Amino acid sequence: MRYLPLTDADRRDMLAAIGAASIDELFADVPKAARRDGLVDLPKAMGELEVERRLSAMAAKNVAAGSVPFFVGGGAYRHHVPAAVDHLIQRGEFLTSYTPYQPEVSQGTLQYLFEFQTQVALLTGMEVANASLYDGATACAEAVAMANRVTRRNKAVLSGGLHPHYRSVCETYARFAGNQLDAQDPAPGGGEDLAGRIDSDTACVVVQNPDFYGEIRDFTALARICHDKGALLVVVVTEVLSLGAITPPGEMGADIVAAEGQSIGNALNFGGPYVGLFATRDKFVRQMPGRLAGQTVDAEGRRGWVLTLSTREQHIRREKATSNICTNSGLCALAFTIHLSLLAEEGLTRLARLNHAAAVAAADRLAAVPGVKLVNRSFFNEFAVRLPRPAAPVVEKLAERGVLAGIPVSRFYPERTDLADLLLVAATETVTEDDIERFAAALTEVLR
Amino acid sequence: MATLRFTKDHEWVRQEGDTATVGITDYAQEQMGDVVYVELPEVGRRVEQGKEAAVVESAKAASEVYAPVSGEIVAVNDVLGGDPAQVNADAMGGGWFMKIRLADPKQLDGLMDQAAYDAFVAEQH
Amino acid sequence: MNDWSQALSHHPAAGGEAVATITGNRGLQIEEPLIFEQDSPGKCGVDLPEPPAFRSRLGGLERKGPVGLPGLSEPQIVRHYTRLSQKNYAIDSGLYPLGSCTMKHNPRLNEKMARLPGFADVHPLQPQSTVQGAIELIDTLAHWLKTLTGMPAVALSPAAGAHGELCGVMTIRAALTARGDPRSRILVPESAHGTNPATASACGYSVGSIPANKSGRVDLAALKAKLGPDVAALMLTNPNTCGLFENEILDIAEAVHQAGAFFYCDGANFNAIVGRVRPADLGIDALHINLHKTFSTPHGGGGPGSGPVVLAAELAPYAPLPWIVHGTDGFKLVEHAAGQADDAIGRLKGFHGQMGMFVRALTYMMSHGSDGLRQVAEDAVLNANYLRVRLADVLSLSFPGICMHEVLFDDRFLKDTGISTLDFAKALIDEGFHPMTMYFPLVVHGALLIEPTETESKASLDQFVAAVRGLVERVRAGDAVAFQAAPQFTPRRRLDETNAARKPILRWRPEPEQRQAAE
Repeated sequence: MRYLPLTDADRRDMLAAIGAASIDELFADVPKAARRDGLVDLPKAMGELEVERRLSAMAAKNVAAGSVPFFVGGGAYRHHVPAAVDHLIQRGEFLTSYTPYQPEVSQGTLQYLFEFQTQVALLTGMEVANASLYDGATACAEAVAMANRVTRRNKAVLSGGLHPHYRSVCETYARFAGNQLDAQDPAPGGGEDLAGRIDSDTACVVVQNPDFYGEIRDFTALARICHDKGALLVVVVTEVLSLGAITPPGEMGADIVAAEGQSIGNALNFGGPYVGLFATRDKFVRQMPGRLAGQTVDAEGRRGWVLTLSTREQHIRREKATSNICTNSGLCALAFTIHLSLLAEEGLTRLARLNHAAAVAAADRLAAVPGVKLVNRSFFNEFAVRLPRPAAPVVEKLAERGVLAGIPVSRFYPERTDLADLLLVAATETVTEDDIERFAAALTEVLR
Repeated sequence: MATLRFTKDHEWVRQEGDTATVGITDYAQEQMGDVVYVELPEVGRRVEQGKEAAVVESAKAASEVYAPVSGEIVAVNDVLGGDPAQVNADAMGGGWFMKIRLADPKQLDGLMDQAAYDAFVAEQH
Repeated sequence: MNDWSQALSHHPAAGGEAVATITGNRGLQIEEPLIFEQDSPGKCGVDLPEPPAFRSRLGGLERKGPVGLPGLSEPQIVRHYTRLSQKNYAIDSGLYPLGSCTMKHNPRLNEKMARLPGFADVHPLQPQSTVQGAIELIDTLAHWLKTLTGMPAVALSPAAGAHGELCGVMTIRAALTARGDPRSRILVPESAHGTNPATASACGYSVGSIPANKSGRVDLAALKAKLGPDVAALMLTNPNTCGLFENEILDIAEAVHQAGAFFYCDGANFNAIVGRVRPADLGIDALHINLHKTFSTPHGGGGPGSGPVVLAAELAPYAPLPWIVHGTDGFKLVEHAAGQADDAIGRLKGFHGQMGMFVRALTYMMSHGSDGLRQVAEDAVLNANYLRVRLADVLSLSFPGICMHEVLFDDRFLKDTGISTLDFAKALIDEGFHPMTMYFPLVVHGALLIEPTETESKASLDQFVAAVRGLVERVRAGDAVAFQAAPQFTPRRRLDETNAARKPILRWRPEPEQRQAAE
């Protein structure tokens, strides 16, 4: 077996050194009733060729996004990742290293985490960021938990424009922690009175920008109201690339930003692994979950980095930790850091403009299809259109015609018949004019 | 004269009239190593004898500090915010944590005096 | 003297000052600034077309100022991150004997399969008819996990072990609540990993601690004394964090179940028993598996991981969404709590789970097969016991007798030497090894927990043994100063963690701001 270096001769020698007659003796503590003499009922070992054959067969049954006109978003976005990113993250010293608990031999990891934390703070307009969480949805739930700790209250008001998966994760976490949620129903294209729902028990208000339907808003006034009432404003960002084009949450008065970083550096990967971004104000840093890389000096006075403020974390604080998180999203954070470094200020701004331009073109072209209406007043690279019929069957028919046309909102809210004719459409820099034309043509045909 | 008493969790408490000053002992700061942060209670909070009142942190550990007596927090040592190293430098004096208005001064009688505490510490080794 | 011996005579003695270079670089070790300190304004590492003219629809909320990112070209960035990588130790470089982390070789076939466009370039919310192969892969992985553990159900969405613990404890709480008996406490051994009590707390439980007995295992009598109608679950790790198999586990399971509680098992140490023991046969009700441990998905400097949770029949109805069901027309993702998924506890994560790690883990499983996986456990246990017997006479073995895949020592061998476990570990770094886990578990003083894994050759283990034995000789020779000065040959010497915590600098800021923040 190619991954097992021990030979039978080695095993014999080692058993002799140990003084055991057989390997079974080393398993003597296993109760007899639980010992299995035979193999489990699974296929036996396979060489690379055979494994490749089987997995390639499974992969071939999927329609890859790059092979068709592709307009699917809903919290995960298809962007072009420069070739250098994947090469660099596959360097063994990055790929196969561990959490940097021994900083003297982990300066590579610690330095890139420090760069990552800086990039996240800059993008979001906040003061400090952590070294990543699992994804945007769990980052959102952690933000609510943190707001509870900071304010010593335990109710969160959730906007109806929050991604439904994020809302669902918040609901699960809150239910088991014994906290309250006041989640508003989705009202795409309409308004909601979040300020009116803040009371003396409210720890935070959670909004998303752009929201789930793509609408962009200014939350500066809401931030002020929250602060007047002793609550925090949490802003969620599911398309981090939008921060290259629109006012960041930090400049609107956000206290915590919980975001999904997948768009930068990470492929769609059928939903994971992604990378949760988490940023806040300096004054709240000791209540922030997750790992933190901090700058210091070594015994020779040279600048270096270490994991710091570790007493917030589970390995020290145990049941009193800010979160139970241990493993985070390190390699995805590295991919983010490298991609964003390659983009730089110029590239990020231009890439964001390309995304918006693609979405504007798509929105205009689709709105020209008979019966189709654009819902949004504003959007970045994703918007909602209202079809003259339920959107789910339309999306299936378009898929049969080789167009991945977006996500029917009913997939998230099956019980809301009033949302059934809404379609979420994303258009990134990977979308061409030809893609848009094929989408529009197919849609026209299907709706006829 | 101020009465100085000690707990088994290595807190000291010095009574001055109807209030008492509380800190951690020199032995405790030595065991802790370099103190990096102290989480102090809010002024006005009521604390109960034996229950957690503060947390003292080094880079690698966090220890609860329990109230040696019950009462109301009337002051906390603001110096520790900017200079937690005071706890190491002067645990019994300038590194004090909080002042408590005593709910029941008799509670001090149940605590160790200097001699008893010194003997207790000697046993720890 | 010739040039070669002249060079040798200038070699610094151990403990002496290294020769200073002009650049501060040391051969292949380059002093590399932050990217923010290498800004060429206007430069970037991508070439993007100028978008055609369009009317902005950003609602008047265009970004007003720059983000503040530095400008660099591709060659500079590749060089920057390459130099950073050269400062890292990794499994690819050498033995990484961290206890309970299972730092085994990360096969590159895993990486190739994960990057197949049919897995990497598919969106979780494409129409399900266009991703049947992806759902099939997840279902296949589920089958392997259920078969290896003997459990009837598995929740696949948790993103890491701690997330899996949260999932498991939530299903337990849901099941008890459905019984009308929510209970309030979770029992956790003293030797437990910190995520266990942190998880219990996050689910609204108070935590009770169970001491270890003299043989390093859960004290059964103490456990029975603490079991009662208020206990929801016991969270156990097996083999435990002392590297020992809980030999009374069947009695433990019975006691827990008789008290009406559930038995959660932390599967971090599954590598010791995979293919040889099925957790279902041990009476376990829920077990999370770290795919980034037992099943070789790469640690990536701290993540990402994946922590699927296998569940007993009583807990299965509460598994989080999404579920995978087999229909007449293929695989289906059930994304809402309706019908058969009515009691699902909801979502723990966006989308479906860590698909990239599923592909890697299944690639690994299929490569090894049932015979290979059984061999993995055997070689892992063999390697650890080999280290045990080769080091027990120089280090202080905490618990006599056989160990499983990891072996625990403590710092009695350092008594009165002025050298701590930390100092010993730092000296090991100079010898070219990443240290073992230090100061965990908490049940012994100055713990050193060593897990070699099955992917170390005998020669590699012998090198490690030689280094450790040599260091112990130096300990006995009273060389405390040298130990306290270690490491000396690493990109950085020991770092000031106290100041990092007292005056945290957690991001780069332009020059005058940075100095202000440090004051």
